[in-house]
Order: sequence, then C-alpha cells, then structure tokens
Amino acid sequence: MGREVSESCVDNLMIEMVSAYCNRFYSTKPELAARRIEAIGYQVGHQLSERYTMERPRFSDHLEAIKFICKDFWAELFKKQIDNLKTNHRGTFVLQDNRFQWLTRMSIDPSPANADLSQDSSGETAENRAVQITSMHLYFPCGIIRGALSNLGIPCAVSVDTSNLPACSFVVRIKA
Amino acid sequence: MAPPAPRTGDAVFANVERVNAELFTLTYGAIVRQLLTDLEEVEEVNKQLDQISIFRGYNIGIRLIDEFLTKSNISRCVDFKETAEVIAKAGFKMFLGVTASVTNWDADGTSCSLVLEDNPLVDFVELPDTCQGLYYCNILSGVIRGALEMACISPEPNFWCTHQGMCLVRLATHPR
Repeated sequence: MGREVSESCVDNLMIEMVSAYCNRFYSTKPELAARRIEAIGYQVGHQLSERYTMERPRFSDHLEAIKFICKDFWAELFKKQIDNLKTNHRGTFVLQDNRFQWLTRMSIDPSPANADLSQDSSGETAENRAVQITSMHLYFPCGIIRGALSNLGIPCAVSVDTSNLPACSFVVRIKA
Repeated sequence: MAPPAPRTGDAVFANVERVNAELFTLTYGAIVRQLLTDLEEVEEVNKQLDQISIFRGYNIGIRLIDEFLTKSNISRCVDFKETAEVIAKAGFKMFLGVTASVTNWDADGTSCSLVLEDNPLVDFVELPDTCQGLYYCNILSGVIRGALEMACISPEPNFWCTHQGMCLVRLATHPR
C-alpha cells in the first residue's frame, strides 16, 4: 500500500478548487470555470494513468483500456471498482458508479459564508445552485478519466449523467 | 466521568478515512500549475495559495480544525508552545500522515519553526527555473492560519520551502 493521507485532505482541496474557480475566478463564466476544473482533472488523470501502467504492456484495444479504468484505476483512487460498464460497441462507454465517493460526501452549504453565491442569482433556486455546484465538482473526475485515457492513446470526450444520485454514470465517447 | 483521553496523532490517523496520497499530491500539483498559467506571476500565486482571494488554504484550515478537534480529543492548549507541538505532532499526522518537528524558538517563545521533512505535497515535485520564487507549499501556511483563527489564536504563519522538499512554516504569535 502506497503512502496515504486523510480523505479530508483531498475532499477539502477539491471543494476549495471548485469554489475558487466558480465563485471567485470565473464567477460570471461558469463554462470557463468548468473547463479549468476539467483541465486540472485531465492533468491528474494523465499522470496517474502513466504511473499505474508503467509496468504493463500496452492494452490490446479500447475495451481493455476502459476495463482498466473501471477496475484497477478506479480501485486505486476510490478503493472500489466501477459497478457497471455498458457499451454500444461503437465507441461509447458508460461507466456507472453506484455510490460515487466524492458525491456521497458532498453537502451543499447554505451558510452565510457562501452568501456571495446567492447575490447574483435572481430567480435561481437553492436547488438549482446545488445542482450546478455538483456538476462543477464532477468536471474534475470527468477530466481525470479523459486524461487517463488520453495517456493510453485514446482521445475521447467524457461527460456525466447524474439523474440518479448518488450513483453517477460517466459517458465516454471515443473520438474516431 | 473523566473526559476521553487525547489520542495520539498515530491513533487518529489510523482511524480516519484515508486515500491514496498520489491523488492528493497530483491534484495539488495540477492546481498550482493551473494557477500559474492563469495568473502568470509567481508572487500572485504565492498569495493565492496562502490567503488572498481566489484559492485559499485559509478556507481549508477553517474546515479542518473542526474535524481535528472532534477526532483528536485534544484539550485546550495551555500556551503557544503547546499549540505548536500539537500542530506538528497531531495535526499534521492526522491529515498528511507525517509529523513535523518544532524548532528555532525565539527568546519570548512567540515564534518557532515547524519543519516538515517528509511532505506528501511535494512527492515527485520539481520546480522549474522559472518558478524559483514560488512557495509551493504555501497552502500549508493558509491552512494553519485558518485553523488557528477558528481556535481563537491569531498567529502569523509565514512559510518557506526549500527545494530539497523540506518545508518550513514559521509561526509567530503576538506577544502578550
């Protein structure tokens, strides 16, 4: 078992990162904030994938690479594997995690410390805001997956489906 | 009934949820890299990592202190010396899994150095020549400041980081 740190270190780092980019850096441009968060994830995924595949032979096809993400890679990060993998055999894969660790710990904080969140959102309900923040956090693991696959020579686009929280499905579309 | 005895740093760390330190190290590295790209000036990034505005170690500190006090059962520190020891031994251990040593006390006992010889934040990290002025670990300075302010001390941690990876936080408090 490699070196460990407390889970709250990673959780808090992520919360602060999302908060910084959404509320301060690009508070009026959520698309730019999302792109930054995804880019940070990409960097992390790329490097982790490189470390975890150093001693392995290349994957024979896309499916093998995706399975690696679902099993070994996910286990290194979240101590569990992806629960369900689906594919249409035409370059789209859906990776479903029934209890995605980073979502289970997230609670939306309505306290005055986040008062600046509500100022610009006339008509936006707290629930909308909560959904938006959740989506922002999820750009990070989307980036991680995209970065990891990119390191394996597989360019793709990754999005996430959260219609069934705390389960979430990462949709990977491989670019031809 | 006697209050529960304070737990040692090792005991607390053994009981918190832990994750792969590489994820933490690489995420922090990616954040710093992104901040450097977005802000361009090393001085600006130093400030960001510590306390000003966008990405704040301070915000992380104010969250961590609650978890720390709850899980460690540490009773109120008698004086600043004890505070420094608690941070170095229990605090760092509980979150980063490593302890720091407290050295270089000044004559009044109002400032000291916390030295982290083995810091997961800097695993595999090498600063390029263009970033020689960067206080890579400045987030720790903000975290400690945030935590201590919540615990009702107002310190002024300043941070230095040597390139061998040994990190040094200089803690100073107001003399009584």
